[in-house]
Amino acid sequence: MTTATATDHHGIEPAESPLTPESWGKLGMWNFLAADAMTFGGLLAGYGALRYGDPTWPVPSSILGIPLTAAMTFLLIVTSVTMVEGLAGIRQGNQTKCVRFLLATVLGGAMFLGLQAYEWTHLIQHGQSISRDNFGATFFILTGFHGLHVFSGVVYLSVIAIRAALGKYSAENNNEVEIAGLYWHFVDLVWILVFTFVYLV
Amino acid sequence: MTAHTQEAIAHEERRYFQVFIWLGILTVLEIGITYLDLSKMVIGGGLVLLAASKAALVALYYMHLAQERPTLTWIALTPAILCIFLILMLLPDLGAITRLFTDAVGAAPAASH
Repeated sequence: MTTATATDHHGIEPAESPLTPESWGKLGMWNFLAADAMTFGGLLAGYGALRYGDPTWPVPSSILGIPLTAAMTFLLIVTSVTMVEGLAGIRQGNQTKCVRFLLATVLGGAMFLGLQAYEWTHLIQHGQSISRDNFGATFFILTGFHGLHVFSGVVYLSVIAIRAALGKYSAENNNEVEIAGLYWHFVDLVWILVFTFVYLV
Repeated sequence: MTAHTQEAIAHEERRYFQVFIWLGILTVLEIGITYLDLSKMVIGGGLVLLAASKAALVALYYMHLAQERPTLTWIALTPAILCIFLILMLLPDLGAITRLFTDAVGAAPAASH
């Protein structure tokens, strides 16, 4: 690749054109997410292997609170909508809309973490732990690893929201908001899978 | 994903809301299917299908894969393909573990005599 930039389309051969012409950072985030997805994939496959091989594995709904986690799932879906609305806001050149929706996303993520802390506390008080059995180990590792991603997302989006409030983004310059959104939607996507395989199946 | 006219953004916002409604419906279906009097295999298969549909909706519309170049979709699909490969490679071990448990349960009454 020569010194041609991502926005300089005309002089670039198709084979040299990047996958994400508007931003190399977006391609970087997609690569990171693909690697992160493999970590989650390995954890989920390991969980499946342990569960399938153990006929004494408890029925998840007999231990875990499905209504609470269904509400947490709905909450994360709502935050995905607020995230894309934040991006739509800055693309319209509406800084206030962007900041408000980003803050709503941060708030939703923080509420999710609060509900997860409540769920964990309840389960631990009722005898569950990471070292008790394979059910406890896989449950706390999978939901904990996902929770760590939510926490990182809350911090990440807080920084993006502050930068948006400081006027760092505009209708023409909003790649950072889109890239942060990719991360947040990935966290939502992974929860969809964790909710299904750990709580419902 | 470069040109963002006001009209195009308004169209995208309507689609975001439609996807949100679908995600809600699919989540309700997921929870509902677990209460049906069906075999575990059918319920499990239905849940996997519904979860995959929800994940695809998020990736295609909220992560904008539907508007990106196809190669990016392949990058996104690679972990899923490798995960299925991993599960297939683990299958022989799963059978061995299940037999171990089955044998242990079957052998327990015999040992008591």
